[in-house]
Amino acid sequence: MMSFLNTLVQHRYAITATILFVVGLMNLMQQRYLVRKVIGFNIMDAAIFLLLASRGYVEGRMAPVVAEGTAERAAELYINPVPAGLVLTGIVVSVSVSAFSLALIQKIYREYGSSDIKELVHLVKRED
Amino acid sequence: MLPFYRYIPFLCILLCLLGAILLAAGKNGRAAFVISVAGALVTAVLSGILLIRLMQTNESFVFVMGRFPAPFGNELKAGPLQALLSTCFSLVIALSLLGGWSDLKHDVKPDKLNLYFVMVSLTLASLYVLTYTNDMFTGYVFIEISTLSACALVMAKDRGQTLVATLRYLFLSLLGSGLFLIGIVLLYSVTGHLLMKQVSEHIAALRATGEFTLQLAFIVGLFTAGLGVKSAMFPFHRWLPDAHGSTTTASSAILSGTVIKGTAILLITLFCRVFTLDTVDKLHIDNVVFVLGLMGMIFGSVSAIRERHSKRMLAWSSIAQMGYIFTGIGLGTRAGICAACFHILVHATSKSMLFCCVGRLSAVNGHRKMLKELQGSARRDVLAGVGFTLGALSMIGIPLLAGFASKLYLATSTMGSATKMGATLIAIALSTVLNALYYIPAVVTVWSTPDGESPERAPHDPTFVIAAVVSIAAVVLLGVAYTPVMHMVEVGFALL
Repeated sequence: MMSFLNTLVQHRYAITATILFVVGLMNLMQQRYLVRKVIGFNIMDAAIFLLLASRGYVEGRMAPVVAEGTAERAAELYINPVPAGLVLTGIVVSVSVSAFSLALIQKIYREYGSSDIKELVHLVKRED
Repeated sequence: MLPFYRYIPFLCILLCLLGAILLAAGKNGRAAFVISVAGALVTAVLSGILLIRLMQTNESFVFVMGRFPAPFGNELKAGPLQALLSTCFSLVIALSLLGGWSDLKHDVKPDKLNLYFVMVSLTLASLYVLTYTNDMFTGYVFIEISTLSACALVMAKDRGQTLVATLRYLFLSLLGSGLFLIGIVLLYSVTGHLLMKQVSEHIAALRATGEFTLQLAFIVGLFTAGLGVKSAMFPFHRWLPDAHGSTTTASSAILSGTVIKGTAILLITLFCRVFTLDTVDKLHIDNVVFVLGLMGMIFGSVSAIRERHSKRMLAWSSIAQMGYIFTGIGLGTRAGICAACFHILVHATSKSMLFCCVGRLSAVNGHRKMLKELQGSARRDVLAGVGFTLGALSMIGIPLLAGFASKLYLATSTMGSATKMGATLIAIALSTVLNALYYIPAVVTVWSTPDGESPERAPHDPTFVIAAVVSIAAVVLLGVAYTPVMHMVEVGFALL
């Protein structure tokens, strides 16, 4: 029992990320309204970023801010900064994608007066 | 100071990105069109110079960006194969713009026209990066850039139908790039690197110890699925017919001709350079890709037969043709991947020509899009009719045209494995018949005259004439002189 709990604690970030990812994915698949789908995407992205950031974090070390005089000190003082950099890039990508999707949804809403995907597919079919 | 040709990959990417900024500042749609076509041609010429140079010296090189050497910095890697593919992409984009220019003026609002060319520049930039990059994460960023710019190209035709098609395309693409990103995260946590060379060394070490086999299979699976969604691999293809079929001619040609190939090339690079074909074979991912490729080939053609909308029919045919490419990749051999690369060139030239010609045929018949409404249109514009016919015959695989050569190479590349050979040959034969079943009636329809009357000739469209003549020449050239092109592909593959 204790060992199982230990594994859970050890992999807490990965487990949380997986749960979040599934929540986001289900949101994306199940929701009919487009804005909610976009929120689902954002939850999925957050899950990936959590996983990525946790990979670079090392218990008990500090942020890699290299000040005057500390530059020569051993690298094992710091956490791995590369995943943090990747997360930042990922967030930028995610923000632009969200902005684009929301703008598109707004345009669709103006055109059809609806943001329900089932209704939209139906309306488009009728146009053909 | 490096010799000039080593700067060419970086220079092409920089030119496209700078071009996008420059075009966004302007207001004039016509000037933007001229600059875009000129820019695409300049990058084509530069890539052509690079190709000739690399073929002479028989080398591939790594271009280190910034002052951070490996394993910290960002790198591009260029060889003959990459140079050949980028030359082809630049040319196809220039031809698609020329062929679709009059439709662009018809479909896109005049004040938005320059923004359209911004997106074309970004698309070309992302294609170049996906072809040349030696860094996994850069690949991810530019997959997203290509998604956004491709979506903007689809929604350029401002109608409700295209907007909904764009949305579905966007959502599925985002799901694909999300899977790709998870793949990168897991790969990074297993190997600790992002540059392809270092990742590959670590994977080789892991293979030697036999650790992490399950994780590796999962990671390769994620990459395959993620890139497969973007490249319309069966069964992730549902977004493509609406997105490629409902938009303006130039967008359809660019998207079907080049954009879906960019991610397929990245998949080839990952399979060969990072994971190595041997590992992919051991993990049995290549068999999955192979089966999905075959199913795409058949399913795409069957759906195309049932389609009554001219452009959507071509879009379904693109899914079938991507099936050929994935079948080639799935063979998991040198010959198979070379055949896939050759088919990328063939499909890029043939499909962009088909889309431009159908756009022109529907324009001379009053912008009607259904197949039966195109009756007699080829007699109004004979050149468009000839282009459409040759493109269709090339897709069916008639000798002396490009499609024949690639089917020949795909069939001969299966000789290594008995089970895959049988399946591939049957699928190729079946798909040839199916292709003929929808392309031949379409060709007959455009040439037939309604009730014996002789339709009037439509006024000439000079930009379309240039595009059609060059495309026809390219398709015939690829069909006649395929040995030197295949030689370049093979040399490039060895240096991948």
